[in-house]
Parts: sequence; C-alpha cells; structure tokens
Amino acid sequence: MSELSELYQEVILDHNKSPRNFHRLADANRRAEGYNPLCGDQITVYVKVEDDVIKEISFEGSGCAISKASASMMTDSLKGRTTAEAEALFDRVHKMLKGEVNPGDDSHDLGKLAVLSGVCHFPARVKCASLSWHTLRTALKREKEVASTE
Amino acid sequence: MKPAQGVIAPQGLRTGRTVLDVARIREDFPILKQQVHGKPLVYFDNAATSQKPQVVIDTLNRYYATENANIHRGIHFLSELATAEYEETRNKVKRFLNASESREIVFVRGTTEGINLVAQSYGRRFFKEGDEVVISAMEHHSNIVPWQMLCEQVGARLRVIPMNHDGELLLDEYERLLGARTKLVSVAHVSNALGTINPIGRIIESAHRRNIPVLVDGAQAAPHMKVDVQELDCDFYAFSGHKLFGPTGIGVLYGKARHLEAMPPYQGGGDMISLVTFEKTHYNIIPYKFEAGTPHIAGVIGLGAAIDYVSGIGLDAVAAYEGEVLAYATAQLSTIQGLRIIGRAKEKASVLSFVLEGVHPHDIGTVLDREGVAIRAGHHCAMPVMQRFGVPATARASFAFYNTGEEVDVLVRAVRKVLKVFG
Repeated sequence: MSELSELYQEVILDHNKSPRNFHRLADANRRAEGYNPLCGDQITVYVKVEDDVIKEISFEGSGCAISKASASMMTDSLKGRTTAEAEALFDRVHKMLKGEVNPGDDSHDLGKLAVLSGVCHFPARVKCASLSWHTLRTALKREKEVASTE
Repeated sequence: MKPAQGVIAPQGLRTGRTVLDVARIREDFPILKQQVHGKPLVYFDNAATSQKPQVVIDTLNRYYATENANIHRGIHFLSELATAEYEETRNKVKRFLNASESREIVFVRGTTEGINLVAQSYGRRFFKEGDEVVISAMEHHSNIVPWQMLCEQVGARLRVIPMNHDGELLLDEYERLLGARTKLVSVAHVSNALGTINPIGRIIESAHRRNIPVLVDGAQAAPHMKVDVQELDCDFYAFSGHKLFGPTGIGVLYGKARHLEAMPPYQGGGDMISLVTFEKTHYNIIPYKFEAGTPHIAGVIGLGAAIDYVSGIGLDAVAAYEGEVLAYATAQLSTIQGLRIIGRAKEKASVLSFVLEGVHPHDIGTVLDREGVAIRAGHHCAMPVMQRFGVPATARASFAFYNTGEEVDVLVRAVRKVLKVFG
C-alpha cells in the first residue's frame, strides 16, 4: 500500500463523508472550540460528563478529511469511557500520530483508531488529526474557551 | 496559445517581440531539477516564496567567502567593499522602481516590516483619535493587523473597501469612504489570495485629490510586472526580496523623501544616529534613520543580484508570458467538474485559487504533493477573503516565469487524481 492510500483508507474516507456524532449537543456540560491557524480548520466539541464518565459526545465544524475523520472516530471511541481513560487514550493516539508506537501492538489498545497511523508519514497533517483531541482536552479541563494546535 | 494542444511551447514562447527561453531559464534554477516523492518537482507556490537562480546563490556565497565585513564604519578594505556593494544595491532598487532618489529606498526585512514601519512611524506621528485608515477587503493579514494595532494605540478607525464576487474592488464605494478623517490609504497592488491586479493608479489619484497619501503593498506585484513609483505617484511602496528570486529576510520600503524626512525613527540603535549623548540623540539622515543595527548585508547584496537577473529577462516579457500560463491553467482547470475558481477578476496576475466540491484544500495539497506538485492550501494569510467567499480555505497554484504549460498539465492530472481518491 502506498503512503497515500495508507493515509486515505476507506474507513477514513467514509468517516469524512458521513461523520458520526456530527451535530450540536443540546445538553452538553462541557464544550470547547478548536482551531488550527495554519489551515483554518475549525471544530467545536460537545461533551456530556456525568460522574467523570463521558455519557454523550459530538462535534461540529469544518476541516479536511483527516481532521473530520479523526474527530468522528474520536467521538465513536469515547462514549462510555471515563475522562481519565480519554486522557490516556489521547496520549496513545498522539504517540501513534507521531510514529512513536507500532499500531499492530495490541497493548496500546488503539482499536479502530489505528487506521490513522498512516498520518505519521505526513508530518504536516499530524495537527489535523490531533485537533479534535486537543479540543476535547480543553473541553474536559475547561481551562479556556479556544484550543489551538499551536 | 492553443489550449487544445495541451502545452505551451516550453522552449520559447513568443510574447510580442520578446522570446522568453523558458528551457534555458530553468537551467538557472538548480532546485527545479529536483525530484520530490520520486516525481519531478512542479513548483507552483511562488506567491509564498520564489526559487533562487544560481547567480543569487553564488552572490551570497561570494559575499561570505570573500567580502564579509560590517558596513558604514570600517576603515579597511573589506568594509569599504561591502559598503559599496550595499549602497550600489540601493541604487539598483531605485532604478528598479524608478524612484527619483536612492535615499527614498529603505531596506527592511520584508513587506510586513515595511508596512509596520509606516504604521508605527508615520501613523503614530500623524494619526489622531477619530482618524481613519482605508484598506481593502482583499488584504493580506500584514496589511490589516499593523493598522489595527495603530488604531488601538491612537483611537483611529479601520475602513474597508468592499469587493464584488469576482474579487474586484468596488471603486464607487471606495470614493465614498474617503473623507476628512481619512489619513492614509493602504492597498495591495496584487492580491495574494485571488490574483486580482488592483487599479492602484486610480486609487492613488482619488486619494491624492483629497491630499491623502497611499501605501501600496507590492509583495505580489514586484516579481510579476514593471513598477514605476513615480508614474504611480504612490507615497509608499513595499515589497519582499524572497518573492523576487532573492534571499529571505530582506525587503524594501520606498517612501517619498518628504514623508520619510517628516517621520520619526522606527527603531533605535547603531547606524541610525549622527550623535549620541545621554542627554539627547541626533538622528541620521534618511534612509539611514530607518536602518538601525547591522542590516542584512548579504541579503541586500543578494537582492541586488536577483534584481539584475530579473531585469535581464525583462518584466514586460515576464508579465506577458505568465499571463499566458495563467490563462492556460485557468482554461484547463475549468474543464474539471466540481472545480470552482475563487477570484475571477478581469485583471489578474499569476495566482489561481480554487476549491473542489467535497474535498478540503488541505487534502488536495497532500495528494498533489505526492505527484510532485507544490501548491499552497489554506487561508493564505487572508482570512477575511475566505470569509467573503464562504470557504474555509482554498488551494492556490501561483506561477513564475520558469513554469511551463507541461507543468500545468501535471497539475491538472494531479487534480483529477484527487477526485479519484475522494470520488
């Protein structure tokens, strides 16, 4: 598989075309906006947290296929997880995007998110894939309103 | 040009009575012989920065290897040599812009610094609360933010000339913006995001009828067309060396002598003074008043080599040839379904911005890169322009005189590949 087709795998193109959980969440109690000043990608992540568990999660915004698919898959994989688990998963995803883990290694527990591992061959696109995760972290910490990949 | 043939004769396009021998010109640019991702490099990101001819690279090398010294101070051979070359470049720039005096040429880091210099020096001296500065809807951030900073400092107001859906400024609206409070007009000669060539002659005339000075952001114009500051009668003109086939970190601010003389220094330091005591400092004469600290001497001398190189080709021939490349690329890209060109002004130069239905420009950029085609994808430091056209970003191909019709064909094939990947 060429690096390009490894980047744009069917699963990613599918999430880009039909993003999951792509809407506002009316009863969200955490919310943050993320912005990538390099390319203009914009995202809002909504989370409903109860007893430290992510009950509901969704997103809105505009961006490239990588950022949209990554956000879509993130929301899919975090429903029902604790906020601490979400944090830990972000660390593993980030390592994968930077090419620091082997996606075949099950101990990292990346699940479906492993299809994003091709991003590591495209350093300029790492920020696209991590934007939604940075935004989620901001939402969970409620440290500030706008997250940035910078 | 015959688009049906699919190529512009690469070995020599006839533009009027001048022949531009592009095949030979390409030999002057070592980087163009490179492959990226196993494909020949097609460099279409010239609006971001241009490539450098060997003569510029050699000049930088020669300067550091045999002439390096500080200028305007050493009483030794090398310093005198470096000073002479540095000041000779000022004369070259004067001739290049057809300025009336070389003391009207100030060396700065680039267009951005040139505009900031005028905003902070001219602006802070002459603007008062309630005054207005007029810019346009298609400005680069570097011709927006310095004025916003000034407005915040002195309580002035920013006014914006609107544009139509083709990316042309609405001159009637512009006339209405000019008034007793207008202290300065600052507009791009050529838009970096849309390619529009603005009618700056008319813009300057209207402002001058009301005694309002005009700054022209020439970053995207100077590499593509002849600029005559006396004919334009502009008050300030700024451009960057690196977009003009010269080194990065060097640029030019032209200013009419009477303005520069009335303006306070922008930065303090060495070279910009004539006498310093702890009680009072007397400033140097123009242009040195604005060149504090050891300047980018190598950059200036390299810029001189770039100006010689471009002048040798001739900017009229460059403009004619690039016009044909742009027309050919526009025609070819227009045949792709779902592709929309952003910026359809009648007068355009060297920039082709487009979007593809259902595909984000960033993804276009990545696929094109793997085909060896370098373009820019993003907001091009002109976010208000993106907002005006209702797109988050565009893909932008921008041309120089070393680009060819065959390269445009590679671009078109690569864009079709994008559609295949995302089909």
